[in-house]
Amino acid sequence: MATEVKLPDLGENIESGQVVNVFVLEGETIAADQPMIEIETDKATIEVPSSVGGKVTKVHVKASEKVKVGQVILTVEERAEAPPKEARPEEPPRKEEPAPPKAGEKGPPSPKEEPAPVAPAEKPKMPEPAAAARVGEPIPAAPSVRRLAREIGIDIAKVPGTGPGRRISEEDVKSYSRRVNAEQEAAGPSFAGVRAEKLPDFAKWGAVEREAMSNIRRKTAEHLAYCWATVPHVHQFDKADITDLEAWRKRVSPKVEKAGGKLTITAIALKIVASALKAFPQFNSSVDMESNEIIRKKFISIGVAVDTDRGLLVPVIRDVDRKSLVELSVELTQVSEKARSKKLTLEDMQGRTFTISNLGGIGGTNFTPVVNAPEVAILGIARGAFEPVYDKERGEFKARLMLPLSLGYDHRVIDGADGARFLRWVVEAFEDPLLMIL
Amino acid sequence: MGAGASGHTSRANSRRWGRLREGEERMNKTQVAVIGGGPGGYVAAFRAADLGLQVTLIDLEANPGGVCLYRGCIPSKALLHVAGLLNEAKHAANWGIAFGEPKIDVGKLNAWKKSVVQKMTGGLGELTKRRKIAYVQGRAKFLSPTKLTIVKAAGGVEELEFEHAILATGSRPTVLPSLTLKSPRVLDSTGALELKDVPKNMLVVGGGYIGLELGTVYASLGTKVSVVEMTSGLLPGADRDLVAYLARRLSTLFERIMLDTTVLSLEEVKDGVKVTFKGKEDAESEGVFEKVLISVGRRPNSGDLGLENTKAQVDARGFVGVDLQRRTAEPTIFAIGDIAGEPMLAHKASHEGMVAAEVIAGEKVAFEPHAIPAVVFTDPEIAWCGLTDTQAAKEGREVKVAKFPWGASGRATTLDRNDGLTKLLIDPKTGRVLGVGIVGYGAGELIAEGVLAVEMAALATDLALTIHPHPTLSETMMEAAEAFFGQSPHLWSAKRG
Repeated sequence: MATEVKLPDLGENIESGQVVNVFVLEGETIAADQPMIEIETDKATIEVPSSVGGKVTKVHVKASEKVKVGQVILTVEERAEAPPKEARPEEPPRKEEPAPPKAGEKGPPSPKEEPAPVAPAEKPKMPEPAAAARVGEPIPAAPSVRRLAREIGIDIAKVPGTGPGRRISEEDVKSYSRRVNAEQEAAGPSFAGVRAEKLPDFAKWGAVEREAMSNIRRKTAEHLAYCWATVPHVHQFDKADITDLEAWRKRVSPKVEKAGGKLTITAIALKIVASALKAFPQFNSSVDMESNEIIRKKFISIGVAVDTDRGLLVPVIRDVDRKSLVELSVELTQVSEKARSKKLTLEDMQGRTFTISNLGGIGGTNFTPVVNAPEVAILGIARGAFEPVYDKERGEFKARLMLPLSLGYDHRVIDGADGARFLRWVVEAFEDPLLMIL
Repeated sequence: MGAGASGHTSRANSRRWGRLREGEERMNKTQVAVIGGGPGGYVAAFRAADLGLQVTLIDLEANPGGVCLYRGCIPSKALLHVAGLLNEAKHAANWGIAFGEPKIDVGKLNAWKKSVVQKMTGGLGELTKRRKIAYVQGRAKFLSPTKLTIVKAAGGVEELEFEHAILATGSRPTVLPSLTLKSPRVLDSTGALELKDVPKNMLVVGGGYIGLELGTVYASLGTKVSVVEMTSGLLPGADRDLVAYLARRLSTLFERIMLDTTVLSLEEVKDGVKVTFKGKEDAESEGVFEKVLISVGRRPNSGDLGLENTKAQVDARGFVGVDLQRRTAEPTIFAIGDIAGEPMLAHKASHEGMVAAEVIAGEKVAFEPHAIPAVVFTDPEIAWCGLTDTQAAKEGREVKVAKFPWGASGRATTLDRNDGLTKLLIDPKTGRVLGVGIVGYGAGELIAEGVLAVEMAALATDLALTIHPHPTLSETMMEAAEAFFGQSPHLWSAKRG
């Protein structure tokens, strides 16, 4: 019996993703729950198993294609009489119809969804024919009225018609347009003077190549542009003397390694920041401008920016304040590995209250990290270096290992003095960790 | 030929271009290259030129016109006018007027038809010149999304760079491999329009509008015409109640109408073509015909255009995919007319051409008609626009159909042509006219009011309250609208009384 295997509901409101890999071939026999494709969603790459086993008669998708939940991925010929050898005898020989698993509350997939296109994936999509765009009632408006609406950028379908048979007159379009404008004005002027600038034709000056953004790149671009545009940023810089801490770190590192983790500056920073967030709860908050409220979070989960070959990913370490330094080191090691091997799930990246970005491994004397909204602050760590530090008591310079830190914060909720205090607190904790348990 | 001065899009530059043609350096660049000079292409070229763009129009013929003017609408309508006259002259016997048997001079008839074509295409050539459109007679092919190569009719090959191209290469008669027989006796619509002679008998393969129109021409000139149609009725797709009137008349004009019948083979024999038929249940049968006209549809001319050198997409049926602006997947290239999808009609192509030209000129427009009229120029004519019964049934949508049979029309009676029907498809909730279908004498002219009604979102009330001149066939529109409300003055409906 031929069964269509569809892209199941992947949870987390994921509606679609881009196929990264197809693991099965036409003609191949697969077992139920065997991975069939790998798809990249907004921030996670997910392996999707087939819901049924049998012989694959058709693969409907290709790498780099976009697939929607409910879309047919494979056609599988299930063999009722010969269950796959992995199948346990007490199991019924034939599995459930692969009707969208867990579709439950979302209802069945929309019938409008077309089967996967068979056209070559690299070719652009065929533009929709005009006829297909018009479904149902033609808009009751004269051609001249329809054209006017298009010219002034009004969707004629949204204009209420006042004429007989709800016919839309020119006046209806104009008054609707006035109303929309008035509403926009009442909502306050939008960013005046900000307009999209057209890209020049680079090809005039030399060869160029265009490449589609990956989902991760696109999401990162959209999100950071939003953060930058909506969060009034202030950056505070400081340096921590970690000469003693570094000696200690080297001494206890083997112990942590035995537990399966690596005691890094980032792991120590996690511990310090968690304590700092307890002391300065406004740094562990979010701002709701619609209700004019500050949302204080009673949990401390810190995101750690990880550089992967697919772009920036930010896995979350949860309840940092309740974990020991060894536990944090182990978890951080695991989660970074997961990020680099594309095993992070969306859940692994959600629910953080603060972010740490450590670029020290690469170098640099400092940088200005962008606040990862809706969080309100981010700690940047650059590369520690030996610097001459003047010792007033002894009247001499000493070589000390100094760690450059930067704090980016949302000035809407955090005042400058608090920013300085927070970073000072962090610096002092790096220099004298015992202060944390004071 | 298309020598451009500048690649800039400003309108001022394009005016300068006219002067530059005389002597200065020729760079073979154009702002808009229109490929195909049919009613889509030439209208697009004219509109683009009128909007200040520098235009090159490329076509195989000496003048614009395309299939419509050279081998389609125009010559066929000239011949159908003659057919109408012959039939009416015969009909006049009913009114006590006898003309006797007509003497038909095929040579003179052809010369007149040719003069009609020449007058129209020559006129278009003149209009092209007046607009300073560079006209290139040749065959164009895309080298890239901005470059064409043109094999010129006069010899030589040249390249032309463009900013935008409008593809309007139209369609050609479908050739079925099973019905291919290299013989002067087997014609397509082009061959039939040449009207080399009036054969004693003829088989028309395909009961669509082209076959029925040309069958009407030949039958009126004296040929015994048989029609074979694969489906269960003539004019597949048209509403059956309209077709019924035509079928009734054609059953007397034509020798034979074979429905549910396929042609298995064609074979050249001594004095004709032997055709083998297969009916629905019947065994095979045969017939010998002096001429066979194959009119089984048309297919878009999308091959051999170099589209593989662009991102434009061609679907399985050969249509080039376009958006509402008629832009293909290649942003510099537009496609209009038959090549851009059904319905393959000249007036659709012209409107698409205007939209494409306006979009290129930077205007915010779209091709989004509510209704594209279709006319079958048989006798009686059949015309419709907007929603049809067939479509409404397919979509399962509720409509009220208001009919006015021409038996009650004074004007139809004076013409002795009561074989007609006007019907309106009306939205039962709003009373809006969603579609119009007409069969009868001059239906092709009458449908324009229907198209306007659908486009303007007119209500049945609007048609009923609009005073129509008496006595005319146009009154049937008004009367049909009145019938929607229960009673029209000239149509007594007992059940409502």
